[in-house]
Parts: sequence; C-alpha cells; structure tokens
Amino acid sequence: MLDTAKPGELDNAKSMSIIVTKGTLDWAYPPFILATTAAAMDINVTMFFTFYGLPLLNRKLDLKISTLGNPAMQMPIMGMHMAMPNLVSAIPGVDRLTTTMMKNLIKKKGVASIEELREAAVDLEIRMIGCQMTMDLFEFNKEDMIDGIEIGGAATYMETAVKSDINLYI
Amino acid sequence: MAQHQLNAEGLNCPLPILKAKKALKEVPEGEILHISATDPGSVADFAAFCNQTGNVLVSSSTDGGIYKFEIRRA
Repeated sequence: MLDTAKPGELDNAKSMSIIVTKGTLDWAYPPFILATTAAAMDINVTMFFTFYGLPLLNRKLDLKISTLGNPAMQMPIMGMHMAMPNLVSAIPGVDRLTTTMMKNLIKKKGVASIEELREAAVDLEIRMIGCQMTMDLFEFNKEDMIDGIEIGGAATYMETAVKSDINLYI
Repeated sequence: MAQHQLNAEGLNCPLPILKAKKALKEVPEGEILHISATDPGSVADFAAFCNQTGNVLVSSSTDGGIYKFEIRRA
C-alpha cells in the first residue's frame, strides 16, 4: 500500500485544517491560497466552510468587496494610493466600482481568480466540507454547490482538527 | 532526454508553485523541470517548496528580471 500512496497520503504526512468564515472577494483569498499551496507541498488539507464562507462552494461565484468596515483598504491609482473611507460605501454603485477595480487589478497583476484557486483545490484533492447548519440557516442546497464536497458539522471538523498539525480560522 | 519546461512568467503567488506541482507530475523521477518566473517571491517560495516536498532545487538564478529554477523531481 505504502509504495502506491502519494507522499501526501503517507501516515507521517503533515496536515492542516482551515475554517473558512468569510465570503467576500478579498477574504476568500487567504484560505484558498494557503490551502492550495499546502496541498502542493504534500500537506493533507481540509477546509470547513461555514457562515459567510459557505457560498464559496456555490458553483457560480460572484464575489464582491465592500469598503465598509475596511478602513485599511488602499487602492493604487496612477502611482498613488487612494484610501477608501467607510462613508463612501453608502453611495450607490461604489461597492460595485471597487469590486470592478479589484478584479481588474487581480487580472493585471497575474493573481489567480478565486475560481482558478478553487479548481486547483479540487485537482489537489483538498477535502472541502460544507457546514450543514449554515445550509439550513441560509437555505442553501447541495445541488447548487460544486461536486465532490462533503457536508458535515462541528464534530466532523473537530475530528479532523484534533489530528491536524496546523489549524487556522479565517 | 526531453526538456521539461514551465513558463510561470507573469503569474503571481501562489500560481508558480501550483503550476510547478502540476508540471512535476509529468516529470519522471530524477529528471529536471526548468521553470521561469517573474514573481520575486518565487525565489524564497521555490526553496521552501523543495525543502518541504523533497524535490531538489538544483539551481536558482536571476536573468534580467526573470527568475530561473531547476528542480529535480524526487
């Protein structure tokens, strides 16, 4: 068995779990970047999607960012940095504009899209678990989500977390 | 012996690593994957990647803003 197993499947392989709680365009990056990179480094990865992180498992993604509650956000514009005051998010269309700006920037700088990273996560056989309670709470269906995911609860996560070398909450 | 090449130029973290992982699957054990990248972070990242995975970073060099790596598949 051992000689046919990939390095990531060996008993002595390291493992990581991530609780994904946020689903905005900016917050979707850290969990997917760390998860795919870890898996590429032969680390067994489990991602548990809960609350606002759960919609990241939906087949169709339309992620957005908001300047609201994000006073540290600075967008590079013509060689300078433009701060995005909380107040401007109240103006209709501003969040849509900043989302478009961010997506353009992502493309221009050769940064992967969340869709690309999620595809890589599937290819790298990352275990992705959707939170059952969140599905009930916000009325999400497994049919609307990508194939190959599991549905589970806190106990499912804990069983994995207790055996993992790294546990992150994002 | 065929040359194994990966062009990761213009790609940002973590794409060079993810593409390299995929490309290494096609490289027979003991053979070398030649990678070119423009992400300055890839210098430290490919070293870390090799340390963790056991693949050997045979060389790491810079040539006019292009970072070149040779990784021997373990």
